[in-house]
Amino acid sequence: MSETRQTLYGVLGEFDSAKTLIAAAKKVREAGYECFDAFAPYPVPGLSEACGLELGLKGWKHNLVPQIALLGGLCGGLGGFFFQYWVNVIDYPLNIAGRPLNSWPAFIPVTFELTVLGASTFAVLGMLALNKLPQPHCPLFNVPSFKRATNDGFFLCIEATDKKFDLASATKFLQSINAKAVTEVRDED
Amino acid sequence: MSERPVDSPEIPRLPRVLEPGHNYATVTDKISSIVLTRPVSLGWLAGFSICFIIVMVLLGSISWLIIKGVGIWGINIPVGWGFAIVNFVWWIGIGHAGTLISAILFLLNQQWRTSINRFAEAMTLFAVANAAIFPGIHVGRPWMAFYMFPYPSTMGLWPQFRSPLIWDVFAVSTYATVSALFWFVGLIPDLATLRDRSTNKATQIIYGMLAMGWRGSARHWHRYQSAYLLLAGLATPLVLSVHTVVSFDFAVGIVPGWHTTIFPPYFVAGAIYSGFAMVLTIAIPLRKAYGLEDFITMRHLENMAKVMLATGLIVAYGYFMEFFLALYSGNKFDVFLVQQRLHGPYSGYYFALILCNILVPQLLWIQKVRTYVPALFVMSLVINLGMWLERFVIVVISLTRDFVPGAWGRYQATFWDYSTFIGTMGLFVALLFLFVRALPAISIAEMRELVAHTSEEHE
Repeated sequence: MSETRQTLYGVLGEFDSAKTLIAAAKKVREAGYECFDAFAPYPVPGLSEACGLELGLKGWKHNLVPQIALLGGLCGGLGGFFFQYWVNVIDYPLNIAGRPLNSWPAFIPVTFELTVLGASTFAVLGMLALNKLPQPHCPLFNVPSFKRATNDGFFLCIEATDKKFDLASATKFLQSINAKAVTEVRDED
Repeated sequence: MSERPVDSPEIPRLPRVLEPGHNYATVTDKISSIVLTRPVSLGWLAGFSICFIIVMVLLGSISWLIIKGVGIWGINIPVGWGFAIVNFVWWIGIGHAGTLISAILFLLNQQWRTSINRFAEAMTLFAVANAAIFPGIHVGRPWMAFYMFPYPSTMGLWPQFRSPLIWDVFAVSTYATVSALFWFVGLIPDLATLRDRSTNKATQIIYGMLAMGWRGSARHWHRYQSAYLLLAGLATPLVLSVHTVVSFDFAVGIVPGWHTTIFPPYFVAGAIYSGFAMVLTIAIPLRKAYGLEDFITMRHLENMAKVMLATGLIVAYGYFMEFFLALYSGNKFDVFLVQQRLHGPYSGYYFALILCNILVPQLLWIQKVRTYVPALFVMSLVINLGMWLERFVIVVISLTRDFVPGAWGRYQATFWDYSTFIGTMGLFVALLFLFVRALPAISIAEMRELVAHTSEEHE
């Protein structure tokens, strides 16, 4: 390991429970850190607010999932309707039982289905893209105890990219807010 | 998610949705161990082998169909639809309960859905896959089934968008896609759990790739939850639209017994009815085999029984209205069709349908029946049979008795009809066998949420 150059990613603290994690996130934010993230094995109510959701801190202003889904729904719906219109009225007019070429009520079921399809795929792909997933490797995976983040562990990581970041002071700070264990997170270059 | 208590002291009679004594780690451990550490049991192997043989029967039947054509089935004029469409509607209906549980009960904050939604969604996917087989091979030349999709062909032709059959193509393919997305999004945190808990390099890589680097970040959870809520909101009207469109395949036609406006709601209710019956058919052996009685409690079984009772009554109302509207309309073809249902050559099917779908399920009013597991299991099988009979009655009786006596006929299913149908059941169960071994059958992340919720109340 000594041969490879390692960069510091941040400092990871482990907490007892969801409650202490929320309290810690608030304190970290109050201490002026901006680049930090909390990790929990289930969506903890109130955790995103504690991390500064309402303040629009770094990374938070990008919850555009509903807007993306709306865009997908509009694309699917309008695209679906006008595609059928183009097919039945312009490209290949087909007389079915003397009905008007633009029989719009008959186009509604497909329009509806494509609206739902567009909105759903955009919502999922948008969520993944905003979360920067798939991300095969994250330096946090180098910390053995971090495996418990998907089981029963609650973690908070102050990232090295933060302007205020300093290894010693961040470690001390996490210890002072009741982190059970504090680990440096390093990544191989 | 909900602010309401899981089992509040005011209603002590209600059994719990999660038995006491569980914490995050035990929930994770118990559910993930089914996939990661439990050795393959003889029962699983035997069950899977039998289903695999039946899948081979399905493949054999489809191969024979491709070699010989649809003439190997009992279909002919006037009954051109036969088993293929009966089975298609039956399977797609079964899928509806999965979406109902995962989407509608989610929006309604019903916490009891948590431990049954994952495998109910898997059931939806497998049922839709089976459903899609039938119209695909029923078109006669299955290798040309892609003509149903609009693509810029060299012939310059497009599908006829004013036909309910094309609506169906879009409804079913959208339904399959959205159900798969919903299922996969729900699985992401659990796949990460499996990645982190497995000790074997190969499974770590496979689950790791599927989990896509999920690590439970608060930012990720935040967007994840809004995407999940949106999917639930979108899947709710979708599931109602799918069986509505399926019913349009019939209702837009002018055949007596099909041309009625009650079809959409009554088809949707029937779909949910049969779907809940299938969820019970799967849940009861599953909880027994893997010792999941703590997670799939009597509360779940009883609630599902109640949903079956309610939807069964809607279906009964549908039957009654069909009857009433035919008589009230005074249309002689509709009146004649009602007489044919009661006295015609297929009246046995009609009375069996009334017995299975209306009379027997009335036993669910009795609490002892709702909480007696073997009775529920038998009931779920009876309802599945009844719902299949319903589609048979709709398709076959109407087609054999339309306007002109010269056009009347009879329908008799052949060996290949039965072998294909039984084959799809084998495929369905075989996929479920693989599913319980490869993926967590209960959502671990949502169970942890439930644990967090119940422990808050005890404090």
